[in-house]
Amino acid sequence: MILLTHYLILSALLFVIGVGGIMINRRNLVVLLMCIELMLLAVNTNLVAFSHYLNDLNGEVLVFFILTVAAAESAIGLALIVALYRNRGTIEVDKLDSLKG
Amino acid sequence: MNFEIPNFALALPEIFVLTMACAILLIDLFIPKHAKTLTYLLAQITLLGAAILTFQQYGHPGSVTTFNGMFVLNNLAIVLKLFIYLSAFASFLYARSYLPKTKIPYGEYFVLGLFSVLGMMVIVSAHNFIVLFLGLELFSLPIYAMVALRRDEGICVEAAIKYFVTGAIATGTLLYGLSMLYGATGSMDITRVSEVIMQSSLSDELILVFGLVFAVVGMVFKLGAVPFHMWVPDVYEGAPTPVVLFLGTTAKIAALGLLFRLLVDGLQPLSVQWQDLLIIVAVLSMALGNLAAIVQSNIKRMLAYSSIAHMGYMALGLVTATPQGYGAALFYMITYAIMTLGAFGVVAIMNNAGCEASKVSDLRGLNSRNPWLALMMLLVMFSMAGIPPIVGFMAKLSILEALIGVHLVWLAAIALFFAVIGAYYYIRVVKVMYFEEPEDATPIKYPVDMQIAISLSGVGLLVLGIVPGALFTLCQAVFGATPY
Repeated sequence: MILLTHYLILSALLFVIGVGGIMINRRNLVVLLMCIELMLLAVNTNLVAFSHYLNDLNGEVLVFFILTVAAAESAIGLALIVALYRNRGTIEVDKLDSLKG
Repeated sequence: MNFEIPNFALALPEIFVLTMACAILLIDLFIPKHAKTLTYLLAQITLLGAAILTFQQYGHPGSVTTFNGMFVLNNLAIVLKLFIYLSAFASFLYARSYLPKTKIPYGEYFVLGLFSVLGMMVIVSAHNFIVLFLGLELFSLPIYAMVALRRDEGICVEAAIKYFVTGAIATGTLLYGLSMLYGATGSMDITRVSEVIMQSSLSDELILVFGLVFAVVGMVFKLGAVPFHMWVPDVYEGAPTPVVLFLGTTAKIAALGLLFRLLVDGLQPLSVQWQDLLIIVAVLSMALGNLAAIVQSNIKRMLAYSSIAHMGYMALGLVTATPQGYGAALFYMITYAIMTLGAFGVVAIMNNAGCEASKVSDLRGLNSRNPWLALMMLLVMFSMAGIPPIVGFMAKLSILEALIGVHLVWLAAIALFFAVIGAYYYIRVVKVMYFEEPEDATPIKYPVDMQIAISLSGVGLLVLGIVPGALFTLCQAVFGATPY
């Protein structure tokens, strides 16, 4: 029997992996986008689980909205990465250091 | 759930802005290069039209919901929307002659700006988590693109990436919090959430508080307050000045609207918990913002740290969790937006005139180069420092009054202490402008519309400081508070 708690633990783990990835990753901006996506997927897991156990459709509706908006968000993120690569010739996170103070 | 035809009249300003933004996007493609001013004019007409439509809705007592309780209209939403239009209008105005000089196409800036304004309008009228999320994304996504509008400038793109990543983390965190709140209450309707929490038993409390913390973290990110402030200085420094004007004023008002909708409308029963969180955020923001601003030599960065400090003061108004405090926070935010318009307006005017204005020392001897501009900057700086009789003083005073009203005197004392520290770097700007010799004494010339805008924000601050009554009463009245 899979309980609600199991889903919540799974989504918490996914969320932590996403946040941890953003903090630790120092090399590649594309990996950063994947981490952001992972955070949103954690939210989706949460919502679907709650929606199922509460017998309420609202959560699942929000999941669809999150999926589509996440796609738009990634599109903007990738566009920014392309623009950055044209300027700098690199997409390393560590090289993003010209603004400081 | 029954199907009912929604009352479209309540969402008329949103529908108008959406239609116009789409129309402008198309029109801009078909007009010749030398007639691009049309895009600008249409964008400004859209904001004016939306303001008229919104103003006509004013006066509804209480809240009206429509679209099956997804959309709410009350006086708070109307006041927030009007000031969102006002600051967007002023930012667009500064952008008019600035954009061609930096080779940013008109169409992109104004259309993205209008879509972002639409997102802000949706947020301040949201009455459901789904709408809240969609509004938040519609407001953030265009701004990420706006920051990167100068594609060939390395620092613009870098600032945009930083803003994008922190913004995406904020959205993810906020959503995680909202999903927890949904799980605990079984509803996404903000009023319903509040009702359920009020009747809830202790067993649900852990997950509720968990959700609350994540939601607050997400919102503090959007507001740009400590400990989630790291993007603010970089974005303010890297982004083109008209974009900073936009995201430093309209976006902050919208973020405050988000806080009001979620914390005040939805989670008022949990106010004991979020008060503690906000106290930490406010104290840290005031401390870090004011102290870090002292050592900045870049003027945009200095103003960025000052904005962090101001968000701290503003959060103090929410900490009180009383209608008076909310009113004070709203008043603070509105006057802060006017100050920011003035401060970045001066930077935009100097950049526009072809003068360097990235360092504080570039303002040296501004008085001899353009006395009126220097006077306006003086008013803005004194207002930010909170020196009477300018409105910044009234704003701080009302926050302190609300704090003392709920017996948080120690917090008021801390706020006062940091305000005194903050006064140092504001007054340093004034000293540089008036008592130092300019390196390059050529007078600064600027177009009439910028002149009107900067004069309105400077003189407006003074007038509001002398007669704050009307705006202050308005801010209190939207929360149903009786003014002192």
